[in-house]
Amino acid sequence: MAELKKWYELPIAGLIVEPGTARKYRTGDWRVKRPIYDRSKCIDCMFCWFYCPDQAIIQENGVMKGIDYFYCKGCGVCANVCPKSAIEMRPETEFVGKED
Amino acid sequence: MAKKNLMAITGAEAAAYAMKQIEPDVVAAYPITPQTPIVEYFAKYVADGEVRTEMIPVESEHSAMSAVVGAAAAGARAMTATSAQGLALMSEIVYIASSLRLPIVMGLVNRALSAPINIHCDHSDAMMVRDSGWIQLFCEDAQEVYDLTILAVRLAEHEDVRLPVMVNQDGFIISHGVEPVEVLPDDVVKKFVGELKPIYPLLDTDHPVTYGALDLYDYYFEHKRQQIEAMKHAYKVFPQIAEEFYKISGRKYDYVEPYRMEDAEYVMVALGSSNGTIKDVVDELRGEGKKVGLLKIRMFRPFPKAEIQRYLTARKAVVVLDRAASFGAEAPLYEAVKSALYEVAVRPLMGSFVYGLGGRDLKPEHVEYAFKRAMALDLVADKEEYLGLRE
Repeated sequence: MAELKKWYELPIAGLIVEPGTARKYRTGDWRVKRPIYDRSKCIDCMFCWFYCPDQAIIQENGVMKGIDYFYCKGCGVCANVCPKSAIEMRPETEFVGKED
Repeated sequence: MAKKNLMAITGAEAAAYAMKQIEPDVVAAYPITPQTPIVEYFAKYVADGEVRTEMIPVESEHSAMSAVVGAAAAGARAMTATSAQGLALMSEIVYIASSLRLPIVMGLVNRALSAPINIHCDHSDAMMVRDSGWIQLFCEDAQEVYDLTILAVRLAEHEDVRLPVMVNQDGFIISHGVEPVEVLPDDVVKKFVGELKPIYPLLDTDHPVTYGALDLYDYYFEHKRQQIEAMKHAYKVFPQIAEEFYKISGRKYDYVEPYRMEDAEYVMVALGSSNGTIKDVVDELRGEGKKVGLLKIRMFRPFPKAEIQRYLTARKAVVVLDRAASFGAEAPLYEAVKSALYEVAVRPLMGSFVYGLGGRDLKPEHVEYAFKRAMALDLVADKEEYLGLRE
């Protein structure tokens, strides 16, 4: 997490004075369960990409490339809609201390 | 010094006339007794083409304050006015206006809050929002309403302040009473208020900003601390703006107004129009050789603690009159004055009198009674008493 600023270092009124700052917000911190993707089962149907509310499914030219854990909140909708059960939701506790 | 121009007008018209000369970009208001004539007069100025203000006749006070918040965030100079239930309905947005640091000026024509329903004066409406982060000024008469409405624009918009200001006038007593009011020429007022310098205006699309974003435990506290600081700045810059106003009007305004205080041993403290009545009683008692005085509080938020300490230390007795009750605690003005006097070297004896709820008259004999109690040193700091109540 970025270093938090002091009260006199901030713009007034809680204003956000530059656009696009949501991009810097690691919503992945909210995750309780982590989607784990199995490439061998995937048919690139793009259901997960279509349903993901945080655009956390990485795809290139219609090919599923993985999950962006910086933004993924772990809602599990991708695992739910996957017709091939290629995504499994695992508890975050299994990944404590490991890189994303 | 501007040439004198006297008008015989009510407090409501004084507020509307000041608004006409300020000519804000936006006025959004909903009529409510006793604020109604402010909206009526101003709507007439708009209809007659005397101002270019965009007037929004909204469907409620919640919408009135929402509209001026939107206008002010967009970078406009925005004003409104209300009373009692209207303020209660807009109170959600009242808190948002100050928290978004929008320099809105609002006339509050003080009226008792329901229930039971009552349209007459007391200060329960203003006290309901005393901790909402608005600067609160209280007027004694129509002249002060006119002057402080103009002054409030500069105070609200000062770059170190950026807080909304509420200009209080007593419902009916001031708002509907005709008095001589000395008004300034339009160009003098225009020059005094100048152009609003918007800070982070939404309409500056080259520099997009977000108003009202989610602000959780990691930053909300810091933003509240900024508001606390802004109030300190309001306290600091008020004398400079008042001095500038003095130069154009010849009328001096301080946080408080001492009346016959030089050698006063028994002092009354009050807000609003009752100060006029108290001054008469002070004169009368002075005529009898009694050492009485008055400290009128003009600025209630930020609370001018240092002035109150300076004026009230070492007096024999201080009587505080409140036109609002705080159910289950001491009356708001009394509580604040008493708290300020905790720190002085020699604390006076203190007494609290609540009066005038729902428009009950404060008569000279009530004031005289309270002074007599003070002069007899017959006051108990912990006891709230009532003037004009049947008991």
